[in-house]
Amino acid sequence: MAMMRYAEALNAALREEMQADPSVFLFGEDIGRYGGVFKVTKGLMEEFGQTRVRDTPISEQALAAMAVTAAMTGTRPVLEIMYADFVPLTLDALVNQASIYNYIWNGQVKMPFVLRTQGGGGAGAGAQHSKALDSMLAHIPGIKVVAPSTPADAKGMLKAAIRDDQPVVFLEHKLLYNTRGEVPEGDVTVPLGKAATVRAGSDISVFATSKMVIEALKAADLLAADGVSAEIIDLRSLRPLDVSAIIASISKTHHAVAVNEGWRFCGYAAELSATIMDHAFDELDAPVARVTLPDMPIPYSEPLETAMLPSAEKIRAAALKTLK
Amino acid sequence: MKNTPSVEQQLEIYHRMLLVRHLEESLGALHKEGRTRGPIHRCDGQEAVGVAATAVLEAGDKVATTHRGHAVYIGKGMAMRPVVAEILGRATGACGGRAGHMLIADAEKGVIGGNAIVGAGIPAAAGMALSMQILGTGNVAMCVFGDGAAQTGICHEAMNMAGLWKLPVVFVLEHNQFGLTVPSDVQSPVENLSIRAAGYAMPAEIVDGNDAVAVYRAVSAMVERARRGEGPGMVECKTYRIEGFSTSDMGGYQKPEDIANWKARDPLQISRTALLGEVGEAQLARIEAAAKAEVAEAFDTALSDPMPEFSIDEACNPYSEAH
Repeated sequence: MAMMRYAEALNAALREEMQADPSVFLFGEDIGRYGGVFKVTKGLMEEFGQTRVRDTPISEQALAAMAVTAAMTGTRPVLEIMYADFVPLTLDALVNQASIYNYIWNGQVKMPFVLRTQGGGGAGAGAQHSKALDSMLAHIPGIKVVAPSTPADAKGMLKAAIRDDQPVVFLEHKLLYNTRGEVPEGDVTVPLGKAATVRAGSDISVFATSKMVIEALKAADLLAADGVSAEIIDLRSLRPLDVSAIIASISKTHHAVAVNEGWRFCGYAAELSATIMDHAFDELDAPVARVTLPDMPIPYSEPLETAMLPSAEKIRAAALKTLK
Repeated sequence: MKNTPSVEQQLEIYHRMLLVRHLEESLGALHKEGRTRGPIHRCDGQEAVGVAATAVLEAGDKVATTHRGHAVYIGKGMAMRPVVAEILGRATGACGGRAGHMLIADAEKGVIGGNAIVGAGIPAAAGMALSMQILGTGNVAMCVFGDGAAQTGICHEAMNMAGLWKLPVVFVLEHNQFGLTVPSDVQSPVENLSIRAAGYAMPAEIVDGNDAVAVYRAVSAMVERARRGEGPGMVECKTYRIEGFSTSDMGGYQKPEDIANWKARDPLQISRTALLGEVGEAQLARIEAAAKAEVAEAFDTALSDPMPEFSIDEACNPYSEAH
């Protein structure tokens, strides 16, 4: 094990996969000479050259579309879209291109590309640089969507995503890049689509991804002081979703809080709630609680933004209300 | 003249244009009988562009095309039967009836593929060219796109990167004068859209899109450059959409005299006239009869082919545990 920051773990995954497979290449805005605005691609252009690590113009629409067909024709592109807020610019490539060809072309093509991006609030970046648009992405059939919360998962899941023959949207979080954790040495992958129980509990299950897992763990400490034993499940992958892990936890606690940093209406927390009712309605002793962003833009000023974002305290309050 | 196709090549181009014309006319007839499904976008009168441009390509080269791509499918070497069967929604179609006529692909033949989002073929070809450049395959990607697609934002983004990175891609602009019902001069302030190529540091040539030999020559020069690593090029082929936008088009917005003038310059007639002196009437008549028979047989077979049955296809389910 080595202690690493989340950004360093991603960098190690990219370096190892590029060393192992010459068909892996990286492109995106500011990722080359500068090493990425969050430094995830630091040093990679120096090591692998400008053919395989490309600084690009500000052209998200075409970049994503090019990743789709490059992937169909023998390479494994990893595209960095600097902010999740810019992902809507790439939606044709995801919704009308990548999501259809596997099925519509009757299995003739593979699409091994990864779209890396980062979202989420809390950094004072304003309404166009703070959103978590994971619900919108997970809505698209044919795309895998993952959002690791720890450096170990960041590395292992990025390696798995690059090796996956299907399109993967890999969601990072601007406030996770500097978090530190133990990362296994060597070529260790983490499968996409498997949840992890990051804290066992018996009274209520909290389901989250990405930075919301950190908030959920803090909430579990607060709830312990309240005399409530919370089980925290890091879903890690939004789609495919590890339904059996959800059922197993609900069957133990009979109460659930679905946490998502995105909007509430038609959001991922609503999908979790519906999934729980589809598969484990009889296990529930209370309605599923949702903790999400309110359905409005994210404001700039610190007290305004902080008031909006899902937090440990909000998760605690939702859990206590559900248990009452 | 440099890059002129041999007589043999011209005969094959003529043959494939005939196939496409019979395909389009047969589809038109079936549509009138109510035996087709959904809109069908015919390319009658534009065959020289898709067929002659793709005739330049090698087996390992790849092409992305439009929702009006029948000439490209046949030009790049797809057999008639799987194309017809796909258009008729049969299990034997090139994509098992899942794609329909706008989205046909045949990865083995390098047709990747039809695209019904106008403009999307342009980055699609650029992406394939990027892959070819990184892998050093020596292949070339081609995009056949229309004057409507030339007005999209993604066209600018993709061509800028193609020029910037000297990608091995050739942009073949099939300028048929219309984006659905709106004429090109109501969509763009410039008549010759290829003047924009200068902004991407690519050479461009304007040709008579109804003259297969002219299309071949110009495209061939651009493909050679691209294959040498000198970057992308554009060929603007001036043609005209004789039939409506699709089988659902009610018409009324195209000038009858324009249609008559362009019909008088039918690409099949232009090719036939050029070939007559070379090979004589008898050989052309043989090719014409063979093409007609080939298409008729493809329709006969496809019309009696089975329809697909719906099932959840785990092999094409990205979330399947099988992957």
